[in-house]
Amino acid sequence: MTNYIIRRLLMVPLLLIGVTLIIFGMLQLLGPVERSALYVKDFPKNDKQIQGIITRYGLDEPFLKQYGIWLFGVKDPFSGKRDGGILFGDFGYSRTASQDVIDIVKNRFPNTVDLALWTIYPMLSVGVWLGVKAAVNQNKFIDQAARVYSIIGTSFPTFVFGLLLLMLLYAGPQWFLPGKMSDWVSKLVFSGELKQYTHLLSIDALLNLRFDIFVDALRHMVMPILTLSYINWATYVRVTRSSMLETLRMDYVTTARAKGLSEKTVINEHARPNAMLPIVTMAGSSIVGLLGGVVITETVFNYPGIGKAAADAAAQLDVVTVLGLAIFSGSILIVSNLVVDVIYAFIDPRVRLA
Amino acid sequence: MTEQSEMIPTGDNRMLDEVHSDRKITWLEKALGTENYRIVKGLLKTPASVVGFILILIFVLIAIFAPVIMPPVDKDPYKMPRDGYSGEPKAPGAVWTRKVPDVPFWYEPLTGKTEMTHVLGTTQGQYDILYGIVWGTRTAFKTGLLVVAVTVTVGVVLGSIAAYYGGWVDNIIMRITDIFMTLPYIMMALIFSAVLTPILGRSLWPPLIAMISFGWMGYARVIRSDILSIKERDFVLAAKVSGVKKNRILFKHVLPNAIFPTLVLASLGIGDVVLGFAALSFLGIGTDVGYADWGQILSFARNWITNLDRYWYIVVFPGLTLTLFVMGWNLVGDAMRDILDPRMRGKS
Repeated sequence: MTNYIIRRLLMVPLLLIGVTLIIFGMLQLLGPVERSALYVKDFPKNDKQIQGIITRYGLDEPFLKQYGIWLFGVKDPFSGKRDGGILFGDFGYSRTASQDVIDIVKNRFPNTVDLALWTIYPMLSVGVWLGVKAAVNQNKFIDQAARVYSIIGTSFPTFVFGLLLLMLLYAGPQWFLPGKMSDWVSKLVFSGELKQYTHLLSIDALLNLRFDIFVDALRHMVMPILTLSYINWATYVRVTRSSMLETLRMDYVTTARAKGLSEKTVINEHARPNAMLPIVTMAGSSIVGLLGGVVITETVFNYPGIGKAAADAAAQLDVVTVLGLAIFSGSILIVSNLVVDVIYAFIDPRVRLA
Repeated sequence: MTEQSEMIPTGDNRMLDEVHSDRKITWLEKALGTENYRIVKGLLKTPASVVGFILILIFVLIAIFAPVIMPPVDKDPYKMPRDGYSGEPKAPGAVWTRKVPDVPFWYEPLTGKTEMTHVLGTTQGQYDILYGIVWGTRTAFKTGLLVVAVTVTVGVVLGSIAAYYGGWVDNIIMRITDIFMTLPYIMMALIFSAVLTPILGRSLWPPLIAMISFGWMGYARVIRSDILSIKERDFVLAAKVSGVKKNRILFKHVLPNAIFPTLVLASLGIGDVVLGFAALSFLGIGTDVGYADWGQILSFARNWITNLDRYWYIVVFPGLTLTLFVMGWNLVGDAMRDILDPRMRGKS
């Protein structure tokens, strides 16, 4: 167990180096002049200034030296202050959003977490429930329906589904809204009247006992939650069904039935818990995926998370911002993958004892 | 249990004849090999995959006959003709006044009108939706085939090098594969296209190159594991013993036997590629405004979300097209996955 965790921990720096190298490699495709945008806020006024920036940040040095500067930044010879350096959280300055990239992350990431938090439960519960139902009633109507659904579900492009939801639930009836919050809520948030303990709007609303704000937050999240759950349900149904079918054929299930246990007990207490192992793995990676930024869903519903920020910056070809966000979401993925793997090792004895 | 054990002749010679007559080897089976023949037969026997094949066939026909179905107006047929410059979408059946194409053969019998109308309406900027869908089919196949061909080549080369040489070569290649796999696909494709666009200009290329760069890993893994299992077969050992060179064993003996599942899986990947490409254009990355591609037609709808109940046709028609296209490939792919599942082997 300890061995496994240590081995897994050792992978993290390697993965981080790999990911940063890929992203830095992309950056190198641009010329030194374009790359100078990493370090300055205003467009330089003349060539001399640009040249100054290029020499200062070593933008025409060899690859590895530049990579070092990019990771650690440079020390100002006069003030001794460090400048740049993504390891210290300085991802550069975003011209399109007129703020530091790290500030975009700080503003947007809580929203992504908020959405992920409310998506996990519906995504898992419905998918697993339908998969178990399908397996228990193999080849009956509900099973066939679930299989047809899982094919249609995987074929429905996220943004088409999202646009259809907007058409049905927002455009006419205005039941649910795109965006993050209504105007009156944003006034309360920016005036500081709503105390922000966690920066997750829905949780803060509950902590402030403002249920009207909580309902407003949910009304804005229903459509993205539905979209994200919907596209994941299809896979959960398929995996749960096949895992459950396999478990139901095991000898111990026959034994349980032979003992005279009721079918409900056999399924709920003997078969289902053992069929859940592949689901746990999948749940881990889908939660990680939700945190890494759901670009399309957030963009369709104008939900201001990390994914939408990346999409906006990319559409305006703001390379510095886009790469900064990529590093952030890559690191989030690596770290949360680590957490998932360690949790998994605790759950599954086969991994623990290996 | 299995059919074979039931068929073992037990002194009754008639049974023996039946067993023999059962295994008539057709020319197709000879050409493909037993295992590959089983895959092809399985695909043609599953109803779902037959529906999938029909859907794909329809799209192939649309792509081939695009100039007949929707005669081009501009010199570049991929440029959607604009009927004016008004922002507001027009409903299906609106009269086509500017840049009218020749009346296609199906138009009069199907609609009963003689003058050209926008059969499926226009989207923002007066681009005809039907024109975009028809010519977008060509874009879809172009991008899909190209990306799949290149990713498979890259994947197969890397995967087979890793599998055949093993040791540290294998280790390095597979760790690089792992790193690429940790990164979220759409996000990275989006980011890389944004980096490439200033260099290459707005065209099909930035998203295509980006999707290739982040799409080869799955194939590398599949071909690697297939080669690892083929490598242990007796005929490879026989080749080694008779002194055949390592490279020749890889290219003449191992690869031809291992590659078929990868190729089939890859050809089914076209659906996913088209979906990814459409997603990127939906986000505003890729071709110039007005290029016939499904993602872009759908992206116009982003500006009208408050009125989508009135302008439903700017989402429903292109959305349905894209969904059916992807579904065609998924239906075949699903059947394929069942057939390739090792637990299904031996059952036809």
